[in-house]
Amino acid sequence: MDIFLQQIVNGLVQGSIYALVALGYTMVYGIMGLINFAHGEVVMIGTLTAITVAGSLLAAGMPPALAGLAALIVATLLCMALGWGLERIAYRPLRNAPRLTPLITAIGMSIILQNLAMILWGRNYQTFPPLFPKVNFELAGVHFTAVQVIIVLLSAATMLSLTLLVYRTKLGMAMRATAQNPAVAGLMGVNSNRVISAAFVIGSALAALAGIMVGAYYEIAHYQMGFMLGLKAFTAAVLGGIGNLLGAMAGGILLGLIEALGAGYIGDLTGGFLGSHYQDIFAFMVLIVVLMFRPSGLFGEKTGDRA
Amino acid sequence: MSDNTNPTHKPVLLAAKQVAKHFGGVKALRDVSLTIRQGEIYGLIGPNGAGKTTFFNCMTGLYIPDGGGFDFTGTPLVADAPDQAAARGIARTFQNIRLFGNMSALENVMVGRHVRTRAGVIGAMFNSAATRAEEAAIRERAMALLHYVDIAERADDLAKNLSYGEQRRLEIARALATEPKLLCLDEPAAGMNATETGELRELIEGIRGDGTTVLLIEHDVKLVMGLCDRVAVLDYGALVIEDVPAVVQNDQRVIEAYLGA
Amino acid sequence: MSIKNWLLPRSTVGIGLIAIALIALPFALATGGQAWVRIANFAILYVFLALGLNIVVGLAGLLDLGYIAFYAVGAYTWALLASPHFGLHLPVWAILPIGAACACVAGVLLGSPTLKLRGDYLAIVTLGFGEIVRIFMNNLNAPINITNGAQGITLIDPVKIGDFSFAGNSTIFGLTLSGPQKYYFLLVALALLVIVVNLRLQNSRIGRAWQAIREDEIAAKAVGINTRNVKLLAFAMGASFGGIAGGVFAAMQGFVSPESFSLIESVMILAMVVLGGMGHIPGVILGAVLLAILPEALRYGVAPLQQLLFGKVLVDPESLRMLIFGLALVLVMRFKPAGLWPAPERKAHGNPNPEEGRA
Repeated sequence: MDIFLQQIVNGLVQGSIYALVALGYTMVYGIMGLINFAHGEVVMIGTLTAITVAGSLLAAGMPPALAGLAALIVATLLCMALGWGLERIAYRPLRNAPRLTPLITAIGMSIILQNLAMILWGRNYQTFPPLFPKVNFELAGVHFTAVQVIIVLLSAATMLSLTLLVYRTKLGMAMRATAQNPAVAGLMGVNSNRVISAAFVIGSALAALAGIMVGAYYEIAHYQMGFMLGLKAFTAAVLGGIGNLLGAMAGGILLGLIEALGAGYIGDLTGGFLGSHYQDIFAFMVLIVVLMFRPSGLFGEKTGDRA
Repeated sequence: MSDNTNPTHKPVLLAAKQVAKHFGGVKALRDVSLTIRQGEIYGLIGPNGAGKTTFFNCMTGLYIPDGGGFDFTGTPLVADAPDQAAARGIARTFQNIRLFGNMSALENVMVGRHVRTRAGVIGAMFNSAATRAEEAAIRERAMALLHYVDIAERADDLAKNLSYGEQRRLEIARALATEPKLLCLDEPAAGMNATETGELRELIEGIRGDGTTVLLIEHDVKLVMGLCDRVAVLDYGALVIEDVPAVVQNDQRVIEAYLGA
Repeated sequence: MSIKNWLLPRSTVGIGLIAIALIALPFALATGGQAWVRIANFAILYVFLALGLNIVVGLAGLLDLGYIAFYAVGAYTWALLASPHFGLHLPVWAILPIGAACACVAGVLLGSPTLKLRGDYLAIVTLGFGEIVRIFMNNLNAPINITNGAQGITLIDPVKIGDFSFAGNSTIFGLTLSGPQKYYFLLVALALLVIVVNLRLQNSRIGRAWQAIREDEIAAKAVGINTRNVKLLAFAMGASFGGIAGGVFAAMQGFVSPESFSLIESVMILAMVVLGGMGHIPGVILGAVLLAILPEALRYGVAPLQQLLFGKVLVDPESLRMLIFGLALVLVMRFKPAGLWPAPERKAHGNPNPEEGRA
């Protein structure tokens, strides 16, 4: 039972991070139907920027809390600019191109960002500076750290604000309208360019936040870290029903839990035949099974054939 | 070919039996029953949103009816299997033309031959004599159909580059390529001018003359009344009347449905 | 059908020139070292793979991001049936069909539950499938050692036809051919075969059904195409091609490991198809050759160029070459959104049977 609860906590933490990244995928997909493959790299840039900023400020003698805040602000602003630029330079000229064209562009941008990061930060693993107090809690036999608590609370708050933004503000309404029907939204006076830019910028801000969390949680970062993380987060978005904000959040948390429980129990389940290194398989297996029964994801709308 | 002026004694080709379909709380079709006889041109009219296209989609297997069903040539149609409906001999066009845009006009019609031909992957890979013969026959038949609808000169152009009227004709040619017993046209005259409508009318009469039964959904009441042997009127998903045009035209309920909506 | 004009230039002189160029190429490349012949071999292998994927993505319009899995299945089939790992050494005429069949089965296994999914959902499922296959190959060394895990399988038999081995030097008609050069000719022959098969499929009843599904699935159903079966057939065909390519890859390398079958490989092959011109065979071939050669050419060109410009190597050449590669993808898509060599707008069909006169 202790293992079970422990894995639930671990899954929740990992799932919160997936959820934040998944939101970026789902917003962009919902509005323009594009799988933004470069989104994972934005997370990576966020982590590495935060490491550089916080590291140098700490070295200069700044207190950890301030250094952390500065790192958060710089990384978020940089990622927002990056997201905005990505859309502006790479994707916007391709609005009316064949369906797979922007996908290849996204892959190209992903390769570019990864190698740019490698040139800037090098091939080696970077260590995340000690920003958070190393405190451990124990509750009902379950151990958790301050970082874990912060991650879960901060992502919950972020997701709540995003939901409010999308469902309570004018910009949010414009975003939902554009997702429903860009042409009609345009006729109604919605500036679709601005809405799409907003989706990229907000998604990138969430990515930066997630990037810092990943860095703080695992304490190391690397120029290739964005790829698998992005892939998992995209899987989470699809699991929940891509294009659906709530689905992305639920999908992210669910994926985190499935992976954690899977890693904890796969050995017992298969009589020791499969070990915990099959953890990555779980995400995809669950995805395939879910989509077999719910072709539009858990929370996706049913799309009937319209003749 | 045959005398079609009084087809009421001909055998039934399609019988809809209390077909019902609802989307959420909206009842799109309420127990619609009607019969289409062999060799007739049958019109299905009604105001916007009356359920005409829904009826089409249920019949051609794109929707699963929530109640009732269809008999075609005496045996039930399997729901949810459009390819089987086509194989049984029901072909259709779409209200908002659905062609294979990046294929040539000729290829579009050749695709229509799919259901009446056999060649598989192995035959194609080895380019066997049987495959070559079948391929030549497909091409010949498709070309003949393009001539029939009078767009043969556009055979090699991509379907998306054809004019609106040509696309409508191409869609009919593609449907005819499946050798249908029943050809269903969903608003074929939409967006056409008087001359084009006149040509369409000749085309439909020609098709019937060749022995194919035609089901016509149309907004152009004049066209329907002039062309059809019998007409059914749908309103709010329910059948109002099914009779010869002269009777339908003067029916009080029909007039109300059109004016009172 | 326009490929006729490209593959069969109006004059036989054209064919002759292409043939001579293809024959002379490995000898010309060898003067720069056997490494260049190997690069050419990989380029042809990628042509093979890209044409296989083109059936799925280009013709049937199904976005497959896990295509490399079938390549992996083919490669591992060869590796297991022709290496000391299990002590099996089956002949080529047995293994290649087995590899193709295994890949085909894998394709059907993946396809049958997932083909009703909408475009991008299918993409992520195929991607997941590719990863699952790779992870299994990475870990199936315990409790029973099947794939030898991350170390991979070594000492794989080369292609042998009778007593003639494609590995090592041998002398034919007084010409000494290296191993890579022999494989080159084998690959060219296979690639020509695949091109012919692809052309025939594209202009066949099934090929038209694939394209119809790509263009409008509902209309395709309405004209009587059993879209489920026909899509499955596209998956199976594409997978079989991948399986054969994988087998040749294993034999040529003498070594396979899960590393060769990562997601980025699937992505690369897809990029070849799209960048070249989806659904257009000459375009796909061009895309495959370009994207296979470009990173290699950059590998050799980037460091010396920096020396020349700045007098020293400023930036890590490995990242710089990938940077340029990524940039090339973005720029091509920006200025040629339909690919470098897309299908023509007007189709020529003058000759009712385009196959005639080719063989």
